[in-house]
Amino acid sequence: MEILVCVKRVPDTAENEFELNSAGNDLDRDDLVYSVNEWDNYAVEEAIQIVDKVGGSVTVITVGDDESEEVLRREMAMGANNGILLSDDAFEGSDGKGIATILKTEIEKGKYDLILSGAQADEGAGQVGGMVAAMLDYPYASLVNKIEVKEGKIIVGREIEGGNQEMNEMQLPCVLSIQTGINEPRYVGIRGIRKVASVDIPVKGPGDLGLDAAIVGKAGAKTRRVDYFVPDTGEGAEMLEGATGEIIEKLIEKLKAKGGL
Amino acid sequence: MTSIIGPASFKLFGIFPAAILSFIIPVVGIGIFAYIMARRIAPLVRSNPDNRFDHIGKRVQNLIFVWLGQMRQPRYMLAGVLHISIFAGFLILSIRSSSLVIIGLSDGFVLPGFGGFLGNIYNFIRDYAATIVLVACIIASIRRGIFKPKRYAVPEKYGKDHTSEAVFVLGIIATLMISESLFEASQLAYEFQHTGAEHFLAPLSLVWIFRAILSSVPQNFLQGLHIFTYFVHDLTFFFFLCFLPLGKHFHVITSIFNVFFMRVKKGKIKPVMYGVSDDKLDDLESFGVKKLEDFTWKHMLDFYSCADCGRCSDQCPANAVGRPLSPRFITIKARDLMFKNYPLSGEIYKSSLLVQDIYTEDEIWSCTTCGACEEECPLGIEYIDKIVDLRRGMVDEGMVPQSLQKPLKALEKRGNPYGKMEKKRADWAKDKEFKASWRIKDLARDKADVLYFVDSITSYDDNIQNIARRTSIILKKADIDFGILGKLEKDSGNEVLRFGEEMLYQDLKEQNTDAIKATGVKQIVTADPHAYNALKNDYDGLPPVKHISQVVARKIKSGELDLKPCRNPEKVYVYHDPCYLGRHNGVYEEPRQAMDAIEGLTRVELEKSRDRSFCCGGGGLMLFYEPEEDTRMGVLRVNMAAEAGATVIVTACPFCLVNIQDAIKVAGKEGQIEALDFTELIEQHLY
Repeated sequence: MEILVCVKRVPDTAENEFELNSAGNDLDRDDLVYSVNEWDNYAVEEAIQIVDKVGGSVTVITVGDDESEEVLRREMAMGANNGILLSDDAFEGSDGKGIATILKTEIEKGKYDLILSGAQADEGAGQVGGMVAAMLDYPYASLVNKIEVKEGKIIVGREIEGGNQEMNEMQLPCVLSIQTGINEPRYVGIRGIRKVASVDIPVKGPGDLGLDAAIVGKAGAKTRRVDYFVPDTGEGAEMLEGATGEIIEKLIEKLKAKGGL
Repeated sequence: MTSIIGPASFKLFGIFPAAILSFIIPVVGIGIFAYIMARRIAPLVRSNPDNRFDHIGKRVQNLIFVWLGQMRQPRYMLAGVLHISIFAGFLILSIRSSSLVIIGLSDGFVLPGFGGFLGNIYNFIRDYAATIVLVACIIASIRRGIFKPKRYAVPEKYGKDHTSEAVFVLGIIATLMISESLFEASQLAYEFQHTGAEHFLAPLSLVWIFRAILSSVPQNFLQGLHIFTYFVHDLTFFFFLCFLPLGKHFHVITSIFNVFFMRVKKGKIKPVMYGVSDDKLDDLESFGVKKLEDFTWKHMLDFYSCADCGRCSDQCPANAVGRPLSPRFITIKARDLMFKNYPLSGEIYKSSLLVQDIYTEDEIWSCTTCGACEEECPLGIEYIDKIVDLRRGMVDEGMVPQSLQKPLKALEKRGNPYGKMEKKRADWAKDKEFKASWRIKDLARDKADVLYFVDSITSYDDNIQNIARRTSIILKKADIDFGILGKLEKDSGNEVLRFGEEMLYQDLKEQNTDAIKATGVKQIVTADPHAYNALKNDYDGLPPVKHISQVVARKIKSGELDLKPCRNPEKVYVYHDPCYLGRHNGVYEEPRQAMDAIEGLTRVELEKSRDRSFCCGGGGLMLFYEPEEDTRMGVLRVNMAAEAGATVIVTACPFCLVNIQDAIKVAGKEGQIEALDFTELIEQHLY
């Protein structure tokens, strides 16, 4: 089975303290560390496990700048066979639909049976997977937490609100967005990344894809971010400050005072 | 007939020369033994290299004390004394047994030099040796067979009980002792009856008793008994020899080698592959131990040498709290696999991934590398290096629990397991109250004689940052010119290395080494025993490293630090030895000396202290690991302290402090017992 996994490089929420930049329209990105979007790791792990069982290959793809190559290498160190980096100045500033368009153009060039993405990205809107499916006219399932491969089709489990589980039979090819918890992604150490350090990763721009640069990037974006801020403390909300121990004590005090304990 | 006929001249049934048997038995016995040994050596030939021919002086010393002197045996008194008796008896009787083999071919053979006075003394000692060995075997059999001490039990998941093998071998040894003594006694009784000459014998020895019993037995019976017991001894002896390599009694043969080759440097982890330098690690196909043959030959020799005495697991804190790890069975399971894959005849089987086949992932992650097992093993069997090698293999295969993946990634990106910003590493010094009185030099800008290496937990943990401030105050008051690396400091990587993430450790080590060397300091001080161990034992080419307790003890001795009388004389203090300060580095006395320098401080000792200290739960990455366990190690430790009558547990390690503080809460002993870091106790008592 030929599987394509769409991945994204995001600031790592676990290892950063987020502050706004001086313009107030984005994060201050000087001191940030980046990593693979957590959901995408589960998607890649699932793809590797499927290929281990039924054969085939896993390709990881991302739309981003030069530094996004790092996340492709990390996923290849996990066991993905190929990587494709879609990068060009013309892609910068793309909205969700733009990203989906870029991905779709490349996907059409290959012969993939299954296309996976993370259910959402740390910074994202959880929209690209669905859009790609629609553009390709493929069936789509979101929040997938179980995949079983059958002849020419797959059985897909979805997590439903309230802890319920739904099972669906889907025809291939299709697009799935993967929920965390579907598996336990394997560990990738420095050694693994070094092993794939010299593997060639093709970089493709609009020319290679035969894509009209005007419909993607900033020019083609029909959604534009106008503001980015930490909401003001609203009424009834209070931020406790101090060392962890002090915060806990204050919290307990407050709960007691309000009769919560 | 004037004297008894020896086995060399005796003719069975009047015609068949017994000497032929005396010749065939040893030849066949030694032949079979040689064959078995060759099959046993086969896996060692396919194993990985190991460098065990260094430090010859220390190795000879181990041979004298640990092997010949059986120094570790009395740590378990009854079993130890029994073993020493049998071991010493075996050594003494080995001379007699060798000469007995030849006596079967040449009557009255005496080893050169054992003819005269020396021979008489030897015989005297030998007779007692055989008697003591027999008595020891009887006591040991009763102990194993009837009283069944708990530590020999084999939990169902680990296979079948080994008691029958133990008792069977004790029976063989008893047979050897009895047949040898009867052989001797029958001859002496015969001679006494014939000539009236009475040899001097060790009173109340087996031979002495048997001769008395046999003194009036008919001579032809004595003749028959003499020949019969000779061959019983001869057959048993060679049967035993060939039986040894088939089970836990292999240690009778391997122990001398295993002790000679045992670990001589503590606190240090073996390289990924002996003979491959750090900068060539990238060229290695595979990392760590994945299959049986990935172990080094010494580690395989360890598997062969285990006597199944259970002392390792009896001391193992992971085993004590019900984690799925028992060091004894790390060895036994591997030995069973070696026996299975390398059978005595037929083809050698290919081994598969050890973690899955005989071990589980949780089993290998359960170890805190506290070293209690290794400290105890009378045979010098190692565990930490094996666990680390197995973890290296698991990391290489991506088999790392999710709970450890996050801190490992944070270490890679930020140099600390919490994922906190590098620039906040020295924030502990910005505490308002502290900052008002003390200024800490940053060695990136300033110069100083000494580097205070803080390490991650002390830099970032809100609660533990106090250790950094108190250590600094102690150093300032002791007039030591010191500074810190600030944001240039990375995690020491003590646990990164021990959790098998070798390349990440190499990266951290390189960054720290470069940063430290650039400062030009002449000494390093730390209050974190894990950092102390890594910098001192795992890193190369750094200035000498001292733990804060060593600095304090020395400054007290020289009079440069003076301590006030005890602030809380009503409290009872107990010192908990951190594994990486005590067992791995031998620092036992300095913290105690410093505590005892506080006038009026009442200090008690834990039963498990010094090299038998009980790990409180492990440090570094172990804090992130979520083990399956029935209770916490720290809870057991707190209970031990309570039993010792202590109200304050003093420790000298930030991880011990975290574990013990948590354990006090879990054990419900808040208000009865408290945890205190060494630096806090000392700083409270400084003028």
